[in-house]
Amino acid sequence: MATVRTLVYLFIYPGLLFIFIYSTFCEWYDRKLYARLQNRMGPTHTGRGGILQPIADFFKLMSKEDIVPERADKGMFSALPAFGLAIVSTAMLLIPVWNYQLSQPSLISFNGDLIVLLYLLTLPTFIFFLAGWSSTNLFSTIGATRVLTMLFGYEVPLFLAVLSPAILANSWRLAEIAAFYRQRPWLMLVNLLGFVIALISVQAKLERTPFDIPHAETEIVGGTFTEYSGKKLALFRLMLDVELVVASALLATVFLGGFPGGFWLGLLNFIIKTLVVIFILSLIRATTSRIRVDQVVSFSWRYLAPLAVLQLLIVILVKGLIS
Amino acid sequence: MNFQIPIGPQHPALKEPIGLRITVDGEIIREADLRLGYNHRGIEKLAESKTWIQNIYLMERICGICSHSHTTCYVQGVEKLMEIQAPKRGLYIRTLVAELERIHSHLLWLGVAGHEAGFDSFFMYVWRDREIVMDILEIISGNRVHYAINTIGGVRRDLDELQVKNILDSLSVLRKRSEYYLNLGTTEPSFVARLAGVGYLSKEDALALCAVGPTLRASGVPMDVRKDDPYAVYDEVPFEVCTADTGDVLGRTVVRIKELFQSYNIIEYLLKNLPTGPIAVRAPRRPKSNEVVSRYEAPRGENIHYIKSNGTEKPERLKVRAPTLGNYAATIKMLKNGFIADVPLIFAAIDPCICCAERAVAIVDARTGQEKIVSTSSLKQLKQNVSPNKERKREVVWPL
Repeated sequence: MATVRTLVYLFIYPGLLFIFIYSTFCEWYDRKLYARLQNRMGPTHTGRGGILQPIADFFKLMSKEDIVPERADKGMFSALPAFGLAIVSTAMLLIPVWNYQLSQPSLISFNGDLIVLLYLLTLPTFIFFLAGWSSTNLFSTIGATRVLTMLFGYEVPLFLAVLSPAILANSWRLAEIAAFYRQRPWLMLVNLLGFVIALISVQAKLERTPFDIPHAETEIVGGTFTEYSGKKLALFRLMLDVELVVASALLATVFLGGFPGGFWLGLLNFIIKTLVVIFILSLIRATTSRIRVDQVVSFSWRYLAPLAVLQLLIVILVKGLIS
Repeated sequence: MNFQIPIGPQHPALKEPIGLRITVDGEIIREADLRLGYNHRGIEKLAESKTWIQNIYLMERICGICSHSHTTCYVQGVEKLMEIQAPKRGLYIRTLVAELERIHSHLLWLGVAGHEAGFDSFFMYVWRDREIVMDILEIISGNRVHYAINTIGGVRRDLDELQVKNILDSLSVLRKRSEYYLNLGTTEPSFVARLAGVGYLSKEDALALCAVGPTLRASGVPMDVRKDDPYAVYDEVPFEVCTADTGDVLGRTVVRIKELFQSYNIIEYLLKNLPTGPIAVRAPRRPKSNEVVSRYEAPRGENIHYIKSNGTEKPERLKVRAPTLGNYAATIKMLKNGFIADVPLIFAAIDPCICCAERAVAIVDARTGQEKIVSTSSLKQLKQNVSPNKERKREVVWPL
């Protein structure tokens, strides 16, 4: 029985099947929203309101010809999409929405899982870098260096912003942080600045406008993904979708009080809160233009990092006041 | 580490084929080189085998965006050759369409600039509103792209009261939207951060490299054929030449948006002061043997047609200098020491129309640097010289 439960857990809910369905739904939501904000229709024909379009795109790409460049590092080039998807799917399991007990830590909810989650969210960036680098295409190489350059900009503000609520909650465990803020909702306001910083950093991590620099199509064609096609590209796209869900779920856990209420209500909470975060991310995407890679770094270190430190100071002061 | 990036002949940033060979050091451009000749159509040669009237429609097809510019430029030249004068009402309608075309071209450019800068929302909004001016053009001429309104000695279609009212109504909507875009394009922080200081071209360089149109005016040179050498009815219409002194892509954006408002004013003036009378006069079949140079301020800059007649039904020579050709030299200057990220923006900022500017194929010898113009027959010869000893199954003969 335990084996069956584990298998269900890994492959159906909240494992691969759920991740696949929910992340493609989120892609549709993001695309539709982005399109409506631009006065376009967006996906319309596949399913009701085009809701099945991302799934159709996925299967279409799966059936397309898969080309590996002659001069590419073939092993790495082919393995990276699968690795990337595995990493973000693993990260998804750490989100405290199902099957955890607050009182007893387990394999998927333990003290320090916040750090593991942030680590698992950093790895995709390196996957993109390696993907671009191993393609040996000029445009991919430039995209790859841009991925890394951007990482130096947004990673530190993101870590600082996400860790400051943890300091206030006095725990490194996602479930406990969320529970702490549910008991004292007004303390969420303390982290408002951190939330804004984290939103901007996550936007950069997900490489969405204004930070879609590594695959800016008008400059460097497909950027890191220039040489990818067929199944590998499909996996990469799915990976980006899952990363979007994981990142928004992380923000919802840390800043918006997590997903209380058991199985069904927890799921409902999860869906609503992640959709709210994705809504804000889409809004940023629709209202800005792409900036240059040097502007990302200077913006991050001139504004985001000092503000994140300020947030940390505020948190420490508030912690002194309430204890 | 220096390496070369090929942008084009096929690249998402380019709407038409052109080769940009860029040598970069990291993200910074050290050298830039333009390769033309992917889109040559032989229009000038074709024009020599068509009659004066047929050539109007050929000229229209030089460019899809500034189709009216090329026909007007051509028709003005031919009218001078034939020594006829188009009637006032005809000239007013011709100018009206010219200004509407300027609006549609500038709006199109604004959208493209937004897209190249990664600001797709701006692109979508501007192009949605560009539909309004396309509809106006359709009201006037029945067509959205090739208006075919010009004829030698005037225009082909008249305006009535209802059309005038419709145009004025649509124009007030467009004016309101343009104010919004002027505000957005010059204040949205991430957009301005991308445009300001990019692709700098000093006043001296702009003049020395013969830049034309908004590119020149954004460098602070108030040069506009409509003011300097008025044609049609521009000497009676009040308007200002818009300039900016920043010399960068932001300046070019501002100049174009300001020109939009000038065009709205011009159109309103034209429609309110539309004279009565005929719209065209009869033109003779053959002009006298003579030559003429006609200038016209297209949305992209100065357009020049040189027409030579030998007294027959067909021109002896027709030479087109499209504005894009005038801006190529300046583009190379602007690209140097910029970022890779700015290539599409700088290149788009001259509003390139590549097929307008294509003339002939020049073959450059990579080893000696020698250039020569080649004909089809010598190209065939060249092909055989490449592998003279290799046996061929059969020679390819046209038609295949």
